[in-house]
Amino acid sequence: MEPGATTEAPIEPEPGSGAADTPTETETAIDVASVSPEVLANSTGEYFQAWGQRIKNGESGALPIIVGLIVIVIFFQIEQSSFLTAGNLVNLLEQAATFVMFGAAAMFALILSEIDLSIGYTAGVGAFIIAELIANPISLPWWLGILGGLAACGVLGFVQGSLITRLNLPSFIVTLAGYLGFLGLMLVLANADSTAVGGVITLDQTGPVYKLVNANMSPTLGWIVLIVVLAVFAATMLLRQKRRRDQGLSTAPVGVTILKIAAAAVGGVVLLLICNANRGNGVEFFGGTPWVVPFVAIVLGFYTWLLSRTRLGRYMYAIGANPEAARRAGISVNWIKTTAFIMCSVTAGIAGLIYESNQGSMSTDINGGQLVLYAVAAAVIGGTSLFGGKGKPLHALLGGIVIACVFNGLGLMGVSSAGTDIASAIVLVAAVTLDSLVRRRAVAR
Amino acid sequence: MSTSTASGASSQNGDGTLLQLKGISKHFGPVRALTSVNLSIPPGKVTALCGDNGAGKSVTIKTISGLWSPDGGEILWEGKPVSLHGPKDAEALGITTIYQDLALCDNLDIVQNMFLGHEKLKHRMLDEDSMEQSARQTLKELSVTTVRSIRQPVASLSGGQRQSVAVAKAVMSQAQLVIMDEPTAALGVAQTRMVLDLIKTLAARGVAVMLVSHNLNDVFEVADRIAVLYLGKLATQGPASDYDRSSIVDYMTSGTSGRTSAAGAAA
Repeated sequence: MEPGATTEAPIEPEPGSGAADTPTETETAIDVASVSPEVLANSTGEYFQAWGQRIKNGESGALPIIVGLIVIVIFFQIEQSSFLTAGNLVNLLEQAATFVMFGAAAMFALILSEIDLSIGYTAGVGAFIIAELIANPISLPWWLGILGGLAACGVLGFVQGSLITRLNLPSFIVTLAGYLGFLGLMLVLANADSTAVGGVITLDQTGPVYKLVNANMSPTLGWIVLIVVLAVFAATMLLRQKRRRDQGLSTAPVGVTILKIAAAAVGGVVLLLICNANRGNGVEFFGGTPWVVPFVAIVLGFYTWLLSRTRLGRYMYAIGANPEAARRAGISVNWIKTTAFIMCSVTAGIAGLIYESNQGSMSTDINGGQLVLYAVAAAVIGGTSLFGGKGKPLHALLGGIVIACVFNGLGLMGVSSAGTDIASAIVLVAAVTLDSLVRRRAVAR
Repeated sequence: MSTSTASGASSQNGDGTLLQLKGISKHFGPVRALTSVNLSIPPGKVTALCGDNGAGKSVTIKTISGLWSPDGGEILWEGKPVSLHGPKDAEALGITTIYQDLALCDNLDIVQNMFLGHEKLKHRMLDEDSMEQSARQTLKELSVTTVRSIRQPVASLSGGQRQSVAVAKAVMSQAQLVIMDEPTAALGVAQTRMVLDLIKTLAARGVAVMLVSHNLNDVFEVADRIAVLYLGKLATQGPASDYDRSSIVDYMTSGTSGRTSAAGAAA
């Protein structure tokens, strides 16, 4: 234990316990730095103190990503003055949606300390099935098409997950086989469809699948949605806090909660101002938030709920950290793991849906290998650990935006695809190095 | 609620034995790991199981916790013969084993670890508030007051605190017999003190504690009864006051002691 960590902070007041149980032990060698500041702080000031302590100890949370993001944005803005225009930023958001969703897919495997290398082509298979189901001659309604594609992805995840858990095979090998196998499956699907000329299926431009990325909410609707979301968010946070405080349970300081709500509000307003700016070049107004933004928000919100508020999520984290402890606690480790691989593949399918909507068509040119790397990079850059037990949908969001900035910025600069590949490789290695360094620092303590 | 079960267990037993091993034998091929071991574990008492390396302590624990079935002999729980075919059977009876690795998830907080596998639900969602209150209550009953917040991840706890969380987890699962495998092996002085106090508190709640330890200081500090294994056989068992340090060492190293009665009288 580091001596600096044994700060003489007050023992958490236990309502109803009285002053009688003052600890008789000198057992205060608690590693304050590795504890989330919400847990220990009783006031806003203490919160920031604890936060500073954490950063000093290498547990810096989202800070390096945000700093990194600012550096990347400044760099590209200097290189290309068109980077920070509403038009480009909305385009960047649309690109980010794909990376974010791939990152969320990778997250499910990474939480369990596993890997899924197949997600790029799982997405390809899902996207082709969706495109074919909604196009002639099958012409299913769009929602049935999406459901069909995602269900197929779920089956792929189930097969991989079952092989990994029931036969105890390494996920690296199984999903590497999946990577090749699903590429083949995708080509078979493309060849089987007579409408896929040259391996390309063009989406119907009036259909919701195309419109997901390519159509916008009206500015007014955007504001209404934002206000409703913020109101619900603030009410939930404050009510939950009040309920816990009334029961004498530990809560974050009110000031911190209000700051968080304020930060969410500022972020939302800035996002909406950018999206609602006129980015058309003609007389007619062209603007509004692409539908994919609320779509991604809903999916990530659902995953956040699933991971933090349900048994399934709790067990995923437990298995990621200590599968033996989970097994002894009576958790069906194999089933939870298989479910995680299903979630991973279905999320990849959603990423495939966004990808094809963004492209306006689905083509066998999809680079599943590169997308897997972007997926893992997005998750890890955001703060998901490669060593299991740690990862949040928020990480995928932050990481996906970083990747999209690099991708978009290099595109604006006219860097060749070879250059983009090299740059993304560097970003991935940098992210993994960061993860490893933080971990080593945590162990050394 | 755990208190009531524990006291119920002790009242059910006229003869004062919660778990009894009768002539338990276990072979691994030609190796006789245990030879007709008779061992009684009363409720509300700390029974120390001592023995040198290879004496059969681990085999005994694993037999009681259902990991290995014995080749011969009987296990009696509250006077009735039971057969344990797996850890789940032992757990269903109320036997919890805390191995040295503690089986905690470092990334989860204290409450989450204490309820792992037994989470309370409300509207199909985790009922964090209710779990936090029960966990707080249990820790208070066990006089575990040194943790700053029960919402901190277990990774941030000291060795003694981690041991306390593991014990609290056992208490939460309504354990009537808690087997602790070398609980103080990796701990410093203050933390050992804390764990020993916890063991006493646990026994005072009516829970039977079986302490497996090499450390005779710890054994004599908390044990009400002592049993010594020597080469797979039970060398001796009886109230702790019948023994002293040197007689236990004799039993551990040679299986007999000429000094027992004299030492017992002297003590």
